[in-house]
Amino acid sequence: MEKDFTKIKRDLKKLLQSQPLAVLATQSRGQPYASLVAFASSSDLRSIYFATTRSTRKYANLAGDSRVAMLVDNRSNKASDFRWAMAATATGTAKEVDPDEKEVALDLYLSKHPHLKEFVHSPTCALCEIRVQTFFVVTRFQHVVEVHVKT
Amino acid sequence: MKLALSLHEITQKDRPRVGGKGFALAAMHQSGMAVPEAICISTEAYQEYVSSTGLMAQVHMELFRKPFEEMRWEEIWDTALRIRNLFAKTPMPGALQQKMKALLAPRFSKKPVSVRSSAPGEDAAKTSFAGLHESFVNIQGLESILEHIRLVWASLWSDRALLYRQELGLDVEKSTMAVVVQEMVFGERSGVVFGMSPVQEKHSAVEAVYGLNQGLVDGTVEPDRWILDRKSGKIVSHHPARREKILVPGPKGVQLKALPRKWRDRAPLIDEEVKEVYDLAMKAESLFGSPQDAEWTYLKKKLHALQARPITTRSPSSEDQRPWYLSLHRSFDNLRALRTKIEKELIPQMDKEAHEMSLVDLSKLSDSALAQEVRRRSQRHKEWLEIYRRDCIPFAHGMRLFGKIYNDLMKPEDPFQFTALLGGSGMVSVRRNQMLEHLAELIGKDPSNKACILEGKGDDCRPEVKKALKRVLDQFGDLAWEKGRMGEDRNRLLKLVLQMASGSDRGKPGTTGDQEELEHDFLSCFDEEQKPYALELLDLARASYRLRDDDNIYLGKIEGQFLAALEEGRRRIERRSLTQNKPREIKDLLKVVQSEAPVHKAGSGALQPGQRRAFSLKSRQIVGQPAGPGLAMGRARVVLGSSDLFNFEKGEILVCDAVDPGMTFVVPLASGIVERRGGMLIHGAIIAREYGIPCVTGVPDAVNQIKTGDFITVDGHLGIVIIGEATL
Repeated sequence: MEKDFTKIKRDLKKLLQSQPLAVLATQSRGQPYASLVAFASSSDLRSIYFATTRSTRKYANLAGDSRVAMLVDNRSNKASDFRWAMAATATGTAKEVDPDEKEVALDLYLSKHPHLKEFVHSPTCALCEIRVQTFFVVTRFQHVVEVHVKT
Repeated sequence: MKLALSLHEITQKDRPRVGGKGFALAAMHQSGMAVPEAICISTEAYQEYVSSTGLMAQVHMELFRKPFEEMRWEEIWDTALRIRNLFAKTPMPGALQQKMKALLAPRFSKKPVSVRSSAPGEDAAKTSFAGLHESFVNIQGLESILEHIRLVWASLWSDRALLYRQELGLDVEKSTMAVVVQEMVFGERSGVVFGMSPVQEKHSAVEAVYGLNQGLVDGTVEPDRWILDRKSGKIVSHHPARREKILVPGPKGVQLKALPRKWRDRAPLIDEEVKEVYDLAMKAESLFGSPQDAEWTYLKKKLHALQARPITTRSPSSEDQRPWYLSLHRSFDNLRALRTKIEKELIPQMDKEAHEMSLVDLSKLSDSALAQEVRRRSQRHKEWLEIYRRDCIPFAHGMRLFGKIYNDLMKPEDPFQFTALLGGSGMVSVRRNQMLEHLAELIGKDPSNKACILEGKGDDCRPEVKKALKRVLDQFGDLAWEKGRMGEDRNRLLKLVLQMASGSDRGKPGTTGDQEELEHDFLSCFDEEQKPYALELLDLARASYRLRDDDNIYLGKIEGQFLAALEEGRRRIERRSLTQNKPREIKDLLKVVQSEAPVHKAGSGALQPGQRRAFSLKSRQIVGQPAGPGLAMGRARVVLGSSDLFNFEKGEILVCDAVDPGMTFVVPLASGIVERRGGMLIHGAIIAREYGIPCVTGVPDAVNQIKTGDFITVDGHLGIVIIGEATL
């Protein structure tokens, strides 16, 4: 189990680093809503960052309910995905990054997505942070493990 | 795309697409040797089939349900059966079928043929694994040929091949299979020849039988054997067989018959013919550049070469368990003999021996005599375990053989439908549970019984209860599993039985209408002449299913007697203070008790909640094998020691490392079974199906991943276990 733990954490980190995009789920009055976003994760796996303009539906949803889920996966859309693909769903709460933490978060985010520099520096764009509570990690199609992040 | 090639057009560059066997046949044919007419279905046909039908994705999913290193051989066999069923029930797409028929029709629409695997190994010369893939003989009609081509393709993923997946470099996307379709030559005498003897390099060897050589190859017909000098071809020795059987073509496939009297005293080959067969091997060797092992047949005194492949001698390693697993594939005849032995000899012997042991009054033995008795019983138990491994485990192949034949005929949606025909045949463990349930009924008749049991005064129960309890204990009280005996504590057993009394909402085990209907459908596939064979096969499979559990019950009785003696020893040692000076006798007893005590395996150490500062890991959904259909939700009872078993509460889900028939007396109370040991045809699965409760086997590290009291969901249809509630 100790070995499993190290392996899962390593695989999870690798997955989060390798994928530029993820699906973010928000909701408003019970209506789920999914969006594709560019994301970056902290090396301790506690935080995931994404950027959005403030006029988006997802941003409005977050204002109403900060609980989110985010799906990251490495599928190649081939038969072999059932063997090799890994998917991780992170649950937690999201909010805009505080001004005094923004610089560090921006560095992290832009080191992964340098081409989004203009976008994130736009006055209308919000950099958001998800504080992760749990990762639900799926491998081999239906093997599921929960990784709980302690706060 | 070239779907098929004739023997005369195959060249060296075609080798990867026609496989080793196809290439060898072509080379022999082109060199002028007599080879029956054949065509090679190329690997491109396989590729076209698995990609256009989506089978490749399904093979992926089946093979990688679980990591291979976590699968037992039984699970690998189950996996192979599922894959075989996928191929059997998935027809070739229309266009491919048309093309294949057009290729086969001109030559083989009327003739009986053999359909043989021809695997294109990366380095065929080094890795010629014989018998890992399937071949079929005496197949007739285009539809049937196409069907058997699919079965040969499926055998790329046979349990044998999967065992040797590393050596073969098996890869779902890259591995492929060619097929040789060859006209049958019904030779009167057949056999194999080894250009170089696998045991002695300076010798060659010829083996021959009357009839078709499949009987020789799969071991059902014993061959005459000649050893020759490899250089000169001179016969060194002849080892005649007990010539009793002959394999002949039947209406479908082949039939084993008694060898006619006139041939019993006569070797299948005369010396000149042995030499001719030897020459054939030498010719093949000069053709291919290395010693060959070839199959041949004589038809009207003319020698035909059927196939040739390089000789390989795998260095046997005692660590390698795989040859033993391969040896578990038994023929019908062999299984029949095993059944007689188990039913007529082994079980009565085990029963008698356990009974004789139970007559010994252990408390009357002196310390040294008890030490002697512990040693003796331990020894006998070990010997019976060895016999169990040698004779009883292989007999489990009876149900596998039946399953394969059933699936070939019925092509059921569910590859394990056949197990529905095998249950309800009066397993001993079910009989035991029925006795317990009867006892529960008696207890329920008078409320005073319940009060006595709850107060721990079982002896004050009504006389008829005490009588029924005694009857169960006399028969099964000493029945043991690794951690204890059913009768070790009467009061706790009675408490357990008390729960059985409080009404059962579940059906009782036994045969169902479904079973009769399935049996009828199966038997109606056979004509009058074959019906006795079908009935015997079914009967054999049922015995195999039943005995799989039963022989364990009897073995458990012997183990129980051994544990009883051990317990007596322990009691005596505890009674006397260990610091005192002891006579030699008690020291001897102490030594025996210590050395014979069963080793308790430690768990692999699951991560406890809170053990880690920043993160914790928890299994949510674990994949195992769907061993008993149905869905159950409830609290887990993880059985590690005997107290866990006796604390079992009605409606809980039994979670254990390996279900032993000695512990299945709690199954009438369980709503589901989860087991670490994997397989569709093992004890947990068999008893679960008898009671119609969901069962998932092969759940890695089950007893550590799941804790007693966890709410779990057992999905016996898909073979998954979900831990915890659905809410976040």
